[in-house]
Amino acid sequence: MRQSDPQILEPVAGNGLLHRRLFLTGSAALAGAGLTLLSARPVGAAPPEVPAWMKIPGAGMSPYGVRSKHEEHVVRTVGSTPGTIGTGASRTPLEHLEGIITPGALHFERHHNGIPDIDPAEHRLLIHGLVDRPLMFDLEALSRYPLVSRIQFLECSGNSGANNAPEPPQQSAGGIHGLVSCSEWTGVPLGVLLDEAGVGRDARWIVAEGADAAAMSRSVPISKALDDSIVAMYQNGEHLRPGNGYPMRLFLPGWEGNACVKWLRRIQVTAEPAMTKDETSKYSDLRPDGTALLFTFPMGVKSVITSPSGGLAMQGPGLYQISGIAWSGVGRIRRVEVSADGGESWAKAALSEPVLSKALVRFRLPWRWNGGPAVLQSRAIDESGAVQPTRAALLAERGAAFRYHYHAIQSWEVSAEGSVRNVYA
Amino acid sequence: MFTRNSQTLTLIALGASAAWSAVGAQEGPGLGVAVTPEQVEGWALTILPDGTGLPPGTGTARVGAEIYAAKCAACHGADGTGGTNDQLAGGHGTIATAAPVRTVGSYWPYATTVFDYVRRAMPLTQPQSLTNDETYALTAYLLHLNGIVDEDDVIDARALPRIEMPNRANFVRAP
Repeated sequence: MRQSDPQILEPVAGNGLLHRRLFLTGSAALAGAGLTLLSARPVGAAPPEVPAWMKIPGAGMSPYGVRSKHEEHVVRTVGSTPGTIGTGASRTPLEHLEGIITPGALHFERHHNGIPDIDPAEHRLLIHGLVDRPLMFDLEALSRYPLVSRIQFLECSGNSGANNAPEPPQQSAGGIHGLVSCSEWTGVPLGVLLDEAGVGRDARWIVAEGADAAAMSRSVPISKALDDSIVAMYQNGEHLRPGNGYPMRLFLPGWEGNACVKWLRRIQVTAEPAMTKDETSKYSDLRPDGTALLFTFPMGVKSVITSPSGGLAMQGPGLYQISGIAWSGVGRIRRVEVSADGGESWAKAALSEPVLSKALVRFRLPWRWNGGPAVLQSRAIDESGAVQPTRAALLAERGAAFRYHYHAIQSWEVSAEGSVRNVYA
Repeated sequence: MFTRNSQTLTLIALGASAAWSAVGAQEGPGLGVAVTPEQVEGWALTILPDGTGLPPGTGTARVGAEIYAAKCAACHGADGTGGTNDQLAGGHGTIATAAPVRTVGSYWPYATTVFDYVRRAMPLTQPQSLTNDETYALTAYLLHLNGIVDEDDVIDARALPRIEMPNRANFVRAP
C-alpha cells in the first residue's frame, strides 16, 4: 500500500504528469488518489439495488460469440475509392481499444479490389522460379508443417499520412492512425517451404502474389523470406478472416503491410525484383528532390496516445490515465515518454508487459489534469536507439509530398472545456 | 491420405523435436507436390523488367485507343486525365515539386510494369479478361499518351523491355 507515498503523487513533468509507478501501487492507491477514468460518467441516479438482469435467466450459449450490444458503436472507419466497393481501407478504432491485441473483427484492412471469396479446398500455394523443385501446397498439407506463433503488429505504410496535410485533420486516433493492428499470427516459416523447393544460387528476391481480383504482388528480398517471415494461416487463434487473407497470407514481421500479401497463392523466386505497380508507382518514397526510394520496408519507431485522443471528451479536472500504443519495425520498444506541455518536458511512461519485438506495446502514465489547456504527446524510442521524430523534423527531411512511412509524434490538444483535437505542435 | 490418428501421431512426434525453437533449423514434412513447367506456365503472371514472362502478342497505340475508350476511360478519363481514379498521363515536370502528379509517364520507372499490372488487375470490374494483344495495345496507348512511343509503334515482348521510361533514373533502391 503506497497510498501515502508522497513521491508518486508529485508531478514528474510539466502540466500535471505523475510518476508511472502510481499505476503499480494497486487500485486502492488509485482510488485514494481520486482516479477518474476518461470513460467514467457523472454519478447520476443510483442504479437499482437488484437490476433486472438478476431477476430472469440470462441468454443461452451461442456457437459463435457476439459482443455486447452496448459496444456496437466500436467500429472501423471504412472508406473506399470513388466508383469502387472493395478498393480502400478500414481503420481500427484505436481510441476504443486497450491492451495490445486487436480483435479480428476490428483489424484494419486495405484491399486493392475487394475481398475474394476463396474456397480453401481449391486454394493452392505455388513456389517456383529459381528453385530446384517447383512445389504446390494446399491448406491441409501446410497445416501439418511445424507452426510458429508470434504476437506482432501489422501496419500499412500509408498509415497516419493524413497528418501530412497542411491543416491537422480533425479525426479520431483510429481515423488517423488506425492502419495499424496487432495479432497473434500463426503459420509456417516461409524458409521451411523455400528449403523444400531448393532455393537456387542466384536467388535474391521472391515475388509474392495474392489470389484477389488485383492479383496484388510485391517483391521481397529473399533474406527476409528466409529470416522471420511466415505463411500465416491463423490470427488470434482462429483461421484468418477473409479480409486479412483467408486462407493464407504472407506475414513479414515489422515490414509494411502491403508487402504482407494476402490470399497468398504464388511465390516466384527471382534474381531481381519484379518492379510491380505496388512497389514502384505506389509504396515508393518520393523525396523533395524528385528521387524516389524503392523497397523501404521496415516501419519506423512510432507511438500514439489513444486516450485521451481526438474526439474524446474529458470529464472535468482530476486524475486521468494517459494510455497509448508504441511499436517499431526493427525490434522492441525500449522507452516511451509522454509530454503534457507540447514537448517542453517529458516523463517516462510505464510499459505494460509483454514488451515484444515488432509488436504493439501498451504504455500508460497518470496525469492530473488541472482543467487548463494542454498538449499531449508521446515519443517512442526502440532498442536500436531510434527516436520517433517530431512532425517538423520528419517533414524537413521528407518534404511535404511524401505519402508513406509517416511516423511523427502525434499531438492532441486538450482545451479548457475538455474537448480533445488534433494539432500540429 | 492420412487418418486423424496418424496426423495426431505426426504432430506428437514433431512436438518432441527440439528443432522447433529455431526457425532456420526446422524441417518440413515434405508435402509439397511437384508441378510441371506447363502447370507453372498457367499460373505465372509476373513480368520482370528484363521482359521475362512477356507472352506472345503485339499491339499499337492506335488499336489501344479504341480499347481504352471502351474499357478504361470511364474511370481514368479520356486521354488518361480527368477521371475519378488514378491519372495515367501528364504530370511531367511535377515530380520534384510540392504537388507531384504521379502518372505512368511522369513517375513509373519501368514499361513492363504497365503490361504486368493491366493484365493482372484491369479493368477493375473484369480483371484478367484482356487478351495479350489487347494488353499490348493498351500498354502502347498509355505510353503514347505520355509521349513515350508513337501511335503506330509495335509493342511486343521484344520492344517493351527496351523502352526507357522518362523518370527511371530517379528511382533508387533503399540501402
